[in-house]
Amino acid sequence: MKIVLFLGLLALGYFAGTAAEKKHFKSISEREAASIALPVLSVSKLPENLVATESALVTGSAVISIDYFKRILASLINIVGGKVISYESLVDRARREAILRMKESAGHYDYIINLRIETSVIGNSANQKNGVGSVEVVAFGTAVKVKSDANQI
Amino acid sequence: MYLVNTETIPGKKIVEMYGIVSGSTVRAKHVGKDIMAGLKNIVGGELKGYTELLQESRQEAMERMVEQAKSMGANGVVNIRFATSSVAQGASELYVYGTAVLVE
Repeated sequence: MKIVLFLGLLALGYFAGTAAEKKHFKSISEREAASIALPVLSVSKLPENLVATESALVTGSAVISIDYFKRILASLINIVGGKVISYESLVDRARREAILRMKESAGHYDYIINLRIETSVIGNSANQKNGVGSVEVVAFGTAVKVKSDANQI
Repeated sequence: MYLVNTETIPGKKIVEMYGIVSGSTVRAKHVGKDIMAGLKNIVGGELKGYTELLQESRQEAMERMVEQAKSMGANGVVNIRFATSSVAQGASELYVYGTAVLVE
């Protein structure tokens, strides 16, 4: 009985999880293409020729959880060591989603400077198996508006 | 209130620095959300309940920081940083800090 439940969860995790992940990645790339006009920089100062007129703090965050199949896979990889692909896509999804949300909240601004990304593990209680359950990523930066008559780079 | 995470406020001049200001909240998720998250953990994907909860808490921490800055007579906070840590099983602390400044 237990093994049936386990295999059932494994299959559900694999099929539903993979489908959801594909859909999410598709949505991420579409939105990334749509918001390409708003550059995000990790430097703290704009080039001299751009004069800032307005600034505001913008943030975006996302909590993404891993599926059952990948969690089991990761715990197996943990034994032999090596590249844990299942977690790579998890943090990648979370980071890109957080950055996109930050960009989407920046509205009429021209640039986002001083981007910082913080990642933290949450929700240990939500998974009984050891290891990472879900990650929270918060992306934050300063949105600035530049003088419209300034020279373009 | 000027809030930025850069060292200076783009386009503005800082005339005085008052020192560090911070705000924090410790939040636990409630059981209902935890159970939902447990189910969501099987198929993976975004845990919307948690995202919202953490956003609200971070907002509250920010408000506390802004209150503190205002009481010092500042009208801006620069170099804002966020930090998250889990203090106990199922609870996380959200911490925001920055430097209170007076902007011209």
